[in-house]
Amino acid sequence: MDQRKPEDVIRELKEHFSSIAKYLPYIAAILIVVIAVVGMIYSIGPDEVGVVQRFGKYHEITSPGLHVKIPFGVDKVTPVKVQRIFKEEFGTRTVTAGIKTIYSKQSYQDESLMLTGDLNILDVRWIVQFRVIDPAKMLFATRSPIINLRNVAEIVMRRLVGDYTVDEVLTTKREEIDAQAQLYMQELLNKYNTGLKIVTVKLLDVNPPNKVKPAFNKVNEAKQEKEQAINQAWEAYNKVIPKASGEAERTLREAEGYSLDKVNRAKGDADRFMAVLEEYRKAPDVTRKRIYIETMSEIIPMAKQKYIIAPEQTSILPLLNIGQNVKGENK
Amino acid sequence: MRILTGIIVVIVIIVAIIFFSGAIYTVPETKQAVITQFGKPVGNAITKAGLHFKKPFIQDVHFFDKRLMEWDGDSNQIPTKDKKYIWVDTTARWKIADSLKFLQTVNNEQGAHSRLDDIINSATRDIITSHLLVEAVRDSNRIVNDAIEDNKNEDTRDKVMADQALEPISTGREQLEKMILKKAGHLAPQYGIELVDVRIKRLNYVAGVREKVYDRMIAERNRAAEKYRSEGQGKKAEIDGRRGKELKSITSNAYRKAQGIKGKADSQVTKIYADAYGKDPAFYSFQKTHETYRKGIDKNSTLILTTNNDYYKYLKSSKTE
Repeated sequence: MDQRKPEDVIRELKEHFSSIAKYLPYIAAILIVVIAVVGMIYSIGPDEVGVVQRFGKYHEITSPGLHVKIPFGVDKVTPVKVQRIFKEEFGTRTVTAGIKTIYSKQSYQDESLMLTGDLNILDVRWIVQFRVIDPAKMLFATRSPIINLRNVAEIVMRRLVGDYTVDEVLTTKREEIDAQAQLYMQELLNKYNTGLKIVTVKLLDVNPPNKVKPAFNKVNEAKQEKEQAINQAWEAYNKVIPKASGEAERTLREAEGYSLDKVNRAKGDADRFMAVLEEYRKAPDVTRKRIYIETMSEIIPMAKQKYIIAPEQTSILPLLNIGQNVKGENK
Repeated sequence: MRILTGIIVVIVIIVAIIFFSGAIYTVPETKQAVITQFGKPVGNAITKAGLHFKKPFIQDVHFFDKRLMEWDGDSNQIPTKDKKYIWVDTTARWKIADSLKFLQTVNNEQGAHSRLDDIINSATRDIITSHLLVEAVRDSNRIVNDAIEDNKNEDTRDKVMADQALEPISTGREQLEKMILKKAGHLAPQYGIELVDVRIKRLNYVAGVREKVYDRMIAERNRAAEKYRSEGQGKKAEIDGRRGKELKSITSNAYRKAQGIKGKADSQVTKIYADAYGKDPAFYSFQKTHETYRKGIDKNSTLILTTNNDYYKYLKSSKTE
């Protein structure tokens, strides 16, 4: 076999080729059919719809599943995710979303710095969630729905913040701004025919600019100080007033006690006197005398020194050395 | 079989010729087209999407976008009527309304953008310079009305705010945007452009002013902080005063009531004694005096008695009266 001449090889190949050439048109036809069939079938995912254009003209919208179209570029299908909710961030970017979402450290001050109605500056960050409700509009009416959405979000948020004060944006009116922003953003998106629907607008961090932050913190501290001063004052008040009330009660009770004591004693004295008086009246002279003598008999033994003198002797006094005796006792 | 193959081949060739010669073209939903013949426009612009025919070889198709397009201008440093320098960043929506004119006057989108730069920037400058800063920042008098409302309310009075911010405005941001749109919008049709909307996207102080604003904000905050502090001290003093007053009131009231009770008791006691002793004052005095004698004489007392007194009279005489 290896001894064949080159001419033989060429001849053999020619024979082979001519037998294949016979089938060539069929092979070509089959190829075309295969390509056509492959190009005719397309599938639409569960969260999508397909927008079909025939010769560039909008034709129909197909639902999820397997579909057939005209091949060779006649029908063009663009799948659009209508179920998915998309998110755009302003003034911040999510690096990786997760249980602990990581946000970009970079600041986007161009987006986030804005003027408030009282002509101050705030760093406002927010997100907008949206989805496609009209896929045809979304594809054909505007060139870039996302750029439109981002622009609209900035236009509306800045206009709104421009109508509120620093304190309102920072604290009390956040939800009101969320709701208003959603309303006005939707209005503009509808005007531009974007086919998008805002699902929600949420303010994230709203901060004063870095340079001003310490001053804002000072206000918070001052608020705390105010509360503290008031609490301290109430503390002092509470320390004193209930105690004083108790003491007042005690004073009253003591007075009442005094009153009872005095009256009872008086009544006792009176009763005693009346009892004695009653008997006295029956025999006044004798009683008087008895009392007198009893007294004398009681007091005379008590005294240390007794001098009984006749009234005629009047010069006795110089003889008495009253003070000395007393002094002697004291020693 | 051979005939069939032949027919298919011929059809394919004809279709190919039609396609490749350019007699057929498709206009997608997003586009519009203008046909030119040796550079000269032919007929009206084609805005309807779908299959269209033209003369092959001699006619050219120029496609233009039919969709709403964005224009985003550079920030411009513009002084307001009250001489505040601010950066103003506008954005606009436009579309090609007359593609033929568009082709003739600006040729392509790049050309259009440069014309839009001119007309929108100048309109923005005109409008901003003829209005106050607050009119560009605010959209309504919401804050002013709120401030008036707040002033009636004790709690929110003295809210910290820049004074000029409280100036009522007659035009707000949205009106300024409308003015810019009107001014720039009527220049756009000459380029075959329809200006749909112009909006102020960003508005910021220039760097130097921004620093000053920061300083002002700090000053305002300090003012607020001091206000809270002094409010705290004031409230504290008020409570302290109240404490002092209530303390005095409680103790003095208690004293008054106690004295009243005691006085009433004393008067009662006086009456009881008077009633009892009044029955025989002489006996009372006799008896009471004797009681005091007993109490008054103790082991330190010295008694000097005369025989004249009743007790010792018997020492002088044995007479009984």
